[in-house]
Amino acid sequence: MSCIARKLAELQKRGEAALIPFVTAGDPNLATTLKILRALEKGGADCIELGIPFSDPTADGPTIQRSSERALKNGLSLPRIFQLVRQFRRTSEVPIVLFGYFNPIFHYGLENFCRAAARAGADGILCVDLPPEESAELKRWTDTEGLDLIFLLSPTSGPDRVQLVAGKGRGFIYYVSVTGVTGARQALDDQLRSQVARVRRATSLPVGVGFGISTPKQAAWIAGFADAAVVGSALVERIEKAKGGAEKARCAGAFVSELKRAMKQVAKKS
Amino acid sequence: MPALTELERAYAQARLDPNFRKEFQHSLHQYAGRATPLYFAERLTQKLGGAKIYLKREDLCHTGAHKINNTLGQILLARKMGKERIIAETGAGQHGVATATVAARFGLECEIFMGKEDVARQSLNVFRMKLLGAKMRVVEAGSQTLKDAMNEALRDWVTHVRNTYYLIGSVAGPHPYPMMVRDFQSVIGKEARRQFLKAEGRLPDYLVACVGGGSNSMGLFYPFVRDPKVRMLGVEAAGRGLRTGKHAASILGGEVGVLHGSKSYVLQDERGQIRETHSIAAGLDYPGVGPELSYLRDRGRVQFVSATDSEAIEAIKFLAEVEGIIPALESAHAVAAVMRLAPRLAKHRTVIINLSGRGDKDMTTVGDYLGVRL
Repeated sequence: MSCIARKLAELQKRGEAALIPFVTAGDPNLATTLKILRALEKGGADCIELGIPFSDPTADGPTIQRSSERALKNGLSLPRIFQLVRQFRRTSEVPIVLFGYFNPIFHYGLENFCRAAARAGADGILCVDLPPEESAELKRWTDTEGLDLIFLLSPTSGPDRVQLVAGKGRGFIYYVSVTGVTGARQALDDQLRSQVARVRRATSLPVGVGFGISTPKQAAWIAGFADAAVVGSALVERIEKAKGGAEKARCAGAFVSELKRAMKQVAKKS
Repeated sequence: MPALTELERAYAQARLDPNFRKEFQHSLHQYAGRATPLYFAERLTQKLGGAKIYLKREDLCHTGAHKINNTLGQILLARKMGKERIIAETGAGQHGVATATVAARFGLECEIFMGKEDVARQSLNVFRMKLLGAKMRVVEAGSQTLKDAMNEALRDWVTHVRNTYYLIGSVAGPHPYPMMVRDFQSVIGKEARRQFLKAEGRLPDYLVACVGGGSNSMGLFYPFVRDPKVRMLGVEAAGRGLRTGKHAASILGGEVGVLHGSKSYVLQDERGQIRETHSIAAGLDYPGVGPELSYLRDRGRVQFVSATDSEAIEAIKFLAEVEGIIPALESAHAVAAVMRLAPRLAKHRTVIINLSGRGDKDMTTVGDYLGVRL
């Protein structure tokens, strides 16, 4: 069992859902990201999604687009992201999922990418614009290197697709809560609960929910029926607004602990 | 993905449906004004002193460019699929105008995504789209050009996928778009083939077309792909020069990558980040190119050359003066390549240039370039 699966299973046993915060690597620089990662762990993150910035992030809303632009402007590259993961690994066992788009990974070379990611201490890969139908080559290398290749499902995914992802996915299934791009939402779809239940019936993998979750209340609601909640844009926005590396890390840590606290209360109730 | 699967199924059905084909042909004829002439450019031929040059006059289509061929095909498909809302990206504005036009014609809601920089340099087309009842969505992200408009349209599509049809204007993007747009545009090559056979009793020696995403070139080339003696020349935008890095020549200056759902040549940096492009022709200002063109290039079937901004401007002036035809800046790249090619060819050789659009929309840009204030 991979680190990610083990972590989620452990929490499941306690009736708790995992909190998976997302941050963009190198926004605005790597030293700050390292501080933020440490703060996220301290605040109670169970797993971390580390975004690999891309010039054309078609699945992302304006908040993450801006953070990617900031990171790229400062010359961020994959080798430096691996270095960041390695540094974080020295002091932490929190599983890390690298979340990115296909072209930078393809350009680096799928085999080289997977090997370097695994050596640096990453646990999973999520390539948001690579559909499972086209994933065989990447999967060959993630399997070789013992990395989880995580796939997305959305409300428009039909039964065939749910089966396909249930068969190919590792670690967990990332259920996209809304039709659309990343970004904080005021309201989430009421049908989410039944949609997630539909996916859970088709797979033994844990199911995490993301896209649009922005408040402790929403995260707590998700925790009531899913195995994990991913919070990205709302966190990235707080990091964007805070001034200076130390303050950014403090804000990120505080928000995550607020989310985690709300999610834990649900666990106790149920 | 489910949206693409839905589209793929709908198109597979439509292309075999005699009623759909009839309706498409009828619209091309009655609404777009096809067939367009294959015009023997006598004075251009004389001035260049070599090969005999024909112009495929797509500039005479309704809305002023070949873009209408594809938008008519796709809007008929959208209607068949029961979609109520049409979105499209546009660079030069020609595809946006063509989309807004057919949306008005068929009474569908329409929103056009356009980069802020393109909005500034194509203000005439922006006004036309508004007049046609389309809502403009100005994209301020990234380089504020065509690729960013496409990013934003994709974001909108995934958000409103249930009622919205995304009408892509080039042979780029995810399958089935490259195939579908090629099919709808191949009316250009089919007509040209028939017309040329009638005029000359044989096939042409060269086909020349500009290549941004590649829709007009694929449209002309495709019906000739299996005629090995017909040489095909794609002309990419060299902008300020291929060596300056300020260009949009994806095949000549790019590497294999994946952009907007297709694997093709892509202009990218050493990190795999998509590069900002430059061309005086907004319609060529795209860092990718249709995957089938990349394939035809790798197979050696299509050769690629380039023309710079200033060569395109010279070509506009030249064609205007010798033939009384003002081509679009995009099409002027093809003319520029032929100005270099034709004099080197014997007089019995023949060339078809795809004159994909007319130049009215570019007068401000050309004026600025020449230091003339309009």
